[in-house]
Amino acid sequence: MTEKKLEKVAGNGLISRRHLLGMGATGVGLAASNSVLGQNSGINFEIPGWSRTPGPGPSNYGSRSRYTAAVQRSTAFQNPTYPGGGASRSPLQHLQGTITPNALHFERHHAGIPDIDPAGHKLVINGLVRQALAFSYEDLLKYPMVSSVYFLECAGNSGALLRGGNEDGTAQSIHGLVSCAEWTGIPLSTLLDEAGVLPEARWVAAVGADAASMGRSIPIEKALDDVMVALFQNGEPVMPGQGYPMRLFVPGWEGNISVKWLTQIKLTRAAAQFRDETSKYSDTLPDRSSYQFTFPMGTKSLITSPSGQMSLRNAGIYQITGIAWSGSGSISRVEVSADGGQTWADASIQGLQLDKALTRFTIPWEWNGGPAVLQSRATDSRGNVQPTRDVILAERGNISFYHNHCIQSWAVSNSGEVTNVYV
Amino acid sequence: MYKKIVFPLLAICIALNSLVVNSQERVRLGTPISEADLEGFDLIAEPDGSGFPSGGGTARQGKAVYDINCAVCHGANGEGTSGNTIIVGGDMQSEGPPLRTVGSYWPYASTVFDFIRRAMPATAPKSLTNAQVYQVTAYILFMNGIIGEDTELNANTLVNIEMPNADGFVDRSHIHSIE
Repeated sequence: MTEKKLEKVAGNGLISRRHLLGMGATGVGLAASNSVLGQNSGINFEIPGWSRTPGPGPSNYGSRSRYTAAVQRSTAFQNPTYPGGGASRSPLQHLQGTITPNALHFERHHAGIPDIDPAGHKLVINGLVRQALAFSYEDLLKYPMVSSVYFLECAGNSGALLRGGNEDGTAQSIHGLVSCAEWTGIPLSTLLDEAGVLPEARWVAAVGADAASMGRSIPIEKALDDVMVALFQNGEPVMPGQGYPMRLFVPGWEGNISVKWLTQIKLTRAAAQFRDETSKYSDTLPDRSSYQFTFPMGTKSLITSPSGQMSLRNAGIYQITGIAWSGSGSISRVEVSADGGQTWADASIQGLQLDKALTRFTIPWEWNGGPAVLQSRATDSRGNVQPTRDVILAERGNISFYHNHCIQSWAVSNSGEVTNVYV
Repeated sequence: MYKKIVFPLLAICIALNSLVVNSQERVRLGTPISEADLEGFDLIAEPDGSGFPSGGGTARQGKAVYDINCAVCHGANGEGTSGNTIIVGGDMQSEGPPLRTVGSYWPYASTVFDFIRRAMPATAPKSLTNAQVYQVTAYILFMNGIIGEDTELNANTLVNIEMPNADGFVDRSHIHSIE
């Protein structure tokens, strides 16, 4: 009976997203039912111990359930020649919605996390300005602030896919260098106006207060557009690993340019050509020329469930879900395929479709117990469509790895094991 | 009567002031400073020569600085101890991903000075004097065959160095979003 009601919209079991709407209220036959009324359900209805003893009282700073403690970032091996360097990746396959909890936001550091006393920190604006200025943290807290939800993605995210391998990869290990938060701070343009930008200034050089004094250059047009000096992340002061007491936030652009522990903005005629915009974060092409200053992150999506290293126990109905984003706008459409890209169905957008922010998509899928290849394909508000891996490789070859936004393929085997594959 | 009106208005204005950007009463809290205040703080050394300190050094002088501070990670001759630490050699025409060494990849000599001064040695960044940074920059350029052992590296000579891969980059900085 339920079979007749399920409208199939693409090959290998994808079900109309319209069925999602009624699911919560009626189930519409989508929820697999294991028991028959009148039989022993097997559920223990004895009053549990936690309902018989008062728990601990309020605390000063919350902590999560010990039963969710396994939801963790993964940290890369520490290289002794690179003290404090490295990355941690967000556990995308265990998260829902679009906001990354602060303690699970991905990190990438070049010389570790500085332990900054805000009373000893300053933000300097100098160079091609009418009046060089220094701001204390206390000064900046008094400015009018703006808030926006933005994704942040490391330029190196998903780069492993271009080189191949990673058959045992997970959403976290391959794609975990993307996160999303509500960032609150002062428009950089406000502070630049106060200093008075001289007409010959074409770039700003932003420098952090970490041990690497990491620097990046940003064209003045962007600096005066939507860049902010962020002081708060999801409502609380920016975490040390994200730049406390303040970071630059450059919406939509490669993560490295959102300089953490921001301490200097210098107006310049040209790009400063820092190490991290020449030797790093540039992409060498097959002809051995190299793209430099690839700023906006591409239109991208991936399925976070089912995803690599998960296993499906029984044939039946599953909710496919994932995240999509674009550095050039909002997500207007996400399509999902269960047959390796031969046929596609539109997924539902769950919640908000914000500019340069993660967007959650979902679509029901009936797994028939046979092989499947699950893919998602995002389209942004400017009409950019997420490319296949073959398209990226044809354009750029495989000797670079930054700025990869290709379609991810997850294979489901007959036994329900989900793995990273290349199709 | 006057007070009755003014006080509520004042309260409303104060409340709004924290919520609304008021172009009439902009917050302007920056402390005026001079560029001279920033000597030692502003470490940006640009390709056009701005931001470089006075003084200079040669590769011959830089060998001792390198051997003490750099060789432990970058190897006695810049051959490195892991992928990211290789700073000499490399070949952009190699079959696999290029090594991105100073000599084969880096487009500007200024970046070598700028990066060493701000970030190296990794265990004790900013512990070298400006003279030592000039010297060790010269030594790294010398090991890459770009300058001579006794070439004086200073603000004037450094900006005139043509790096081998200087023309190897495609500037995409005009692309701010993808249409």
